[in-house]
Amino acid sequence: MRKEFYITASVKIKNNEIFKNDRSIFKVNRGLSIQDFLKEAYQFLDLSYAKFHKMDVLCKLGIIATTVLKEDYSSDTALVFQNKSSSEVSDFQHQEKLNDFPSPANFVYTLPNIVMGEISIKHQLQSENAFFIAEEFQPQIIVSHTESLLKNNKASTTICGWLEANLNDYYVFLNYIEPQGEVVFSAPTLLENYIHE
Amino acid sequence: MRKVYLGNHQIISPLGFTSLQNLESVSQGISAIKKHKSSHVGEYYAGHISTNLLDEAFLELGKVEEYTKLEKMMILAVAEVLQQHSEISKDKIAFIIATTKGNIDTLSEENLFSKEKAKLPALAKTLQEFFNLKETPIIVSNACISGGLGVSVAKKMIENESYDHAIVVGGDLVSEFTLTGFNSFQALAKEICKPFSKDRTGINIGEAAAALWVTSVKPKIDAVQIIGEATANDANHISGPSRTGEGLYISIQNAVREADIESHEIDFISAHGTATIFNDEMEAIAFNRAGLKNTPLNSLKAYYGHTLGVSALLELIFTQESLLQNKVFKSLGFKEKGTTKALNVITKTEEKPLNITLKTASGFGGCNFAMLLKKETV
Repeated sequence: MRKEFYITASVKIKNNEIFKNDRSIFKVNRGLSIQDFLKEAYQFLDLSYAKFHKMDVLCKLGIIATTVLKEDYSSDTALVFQNKSSSEVSDFQHQEKLNDFPSPANFVYTLPNIVMGEISIKHQLQSENAFFIAEEFQPQIIVSHTESLLKNNKASTTICGWLEANLNDYYVFLNYIEPQGEVVFSAPTLLENYIHE
Repeated sequence: MRKVYLGNHQIISPLGFTSLQNLESVSQGISAIKKHKSSHVGEYYAGHISTNLLDEAFLELGKVEEYTKLEKMMILAVAEVLQQHSEISKDKIAFIIATTKGNIDTLSEENLFSKEKAKLPALAKTLQEFFNLKETPIIVSNACISGGLGVSVAKKMIENESYDHAIVVGGDLVSEFTLTGFNSFQALAKEICKPFSKDRTGINIGEAAAALWVTSVKPKIDAVQIIGEATANDANHISGPSRTGEGLYISIQNAVREADIESHEIDFISAHGTATIFNDEMEAIAFNRAGLKNTPLNSLKAYYGHTLGVSALLELIFTQESLLQNKVFKSLGFKEKGTTKALNVITKTEEKPLNITLKTASGFGGCNFAMLLKKETV
């Protein structure tokens, strides 16, 4: 028999607004830069996490999203993420500095999975990680990979979804997946929630 | 759950454009790492693939000027693996690409290709068009465990019966982008690297592509099964290895649990062994915690350099071949114990009966990977 899992919480960040379970919880003027938005969101969430300010945009988005998604996590909560632009913002910064002094502090962010490292440190997760790249949101691979981890007891719960930041914009859509709940975890449901305004 | 096996493979590297040439070169103790010069970092040691030789090899597949260096490397690797399975419809095969930076060299002003090529989905699109695939390949980009993780992803897709077969192709370049980055960390060795050795001074980077067939169909001879795999994050530091080897230890434990074996049954470890002081020390601690301090172990980094996103895949192929040939390859560059915990580093390439082997890898972002392979004799 096919074992089912459930979406028990979600977070979406777009257009300088944060939604938890489809409900807007924080919003600033859309004209504000992403850096300013992230700074205000940090204050709103009362994060007091000094490391945050050193991170690149992708990592800041990841920390904010996972902090909103749930208060605390079991240490075997897996991370299964996907985006389109990998670590593009930090890549361009490193490329621009090639001729003078490339900084290690920036170079380390030129990998998409660094955000999973930052989230793991923040929430103390010593768990499974997988970062996928796709032109558009591809929920099938996220669902099948997540289900495999949960079914085979390689993780007790999973944070999965889309975490994108590029030179022009960003879009975050993360979900919390558990063995119990009401909304069945499936690719069509994820896709529907992803495009839902 | 159905079993998953490793099949044929192809390695494209400075040591040759076939797996056979690569295995022979490594058997003979030949290193791909040579001294080069860069406008940004000066003299450095790395493993570069000759563009001329690559173009020559690519000629029979396509127009050399239409594809980037990495695309040519990856296409060559995939074409050979696919050729041996021409009876299977390509729609029935999952395609998985593993890379850290893809065509990152196209961001440079000197590069003739569009910067758009640097986007990873564009790389998937190129392979999709070249091989005329219905589905866009899946891309895994998870730092230096990417190539191994790609095989784990394939295993899961075959286990849950989404596909019967998969091709995992990995590839990364030596680019000014990564050279300057590792140089800014002062991590580059000014010689051929010396994994696990007391006198080690850092890493070399190298370029390679490799492709591997993963399947639910048990090969008639030479069957190597994936019996366990796991990843685990250190939750400690994004660019420094854990001082307790926590993530690597957990990933080994979880892979051992899935395989339902005891750690003493592991006959050989293909380690990550980048030859930085901290990485090798971390691995020694993790292997000791896992009860593997006496298990023969090697690192292939002194043959190829660290080939980043493809390294774990390339080394997994060597691990598969070690099993099949009952042969272990010496850990090139090792002279004297250089970690606080003991390890059984292999100093001589020789025949050795093997049944179960472990491949591990670790990367930036605190990620760690472990995979166990088992030979099934008929």
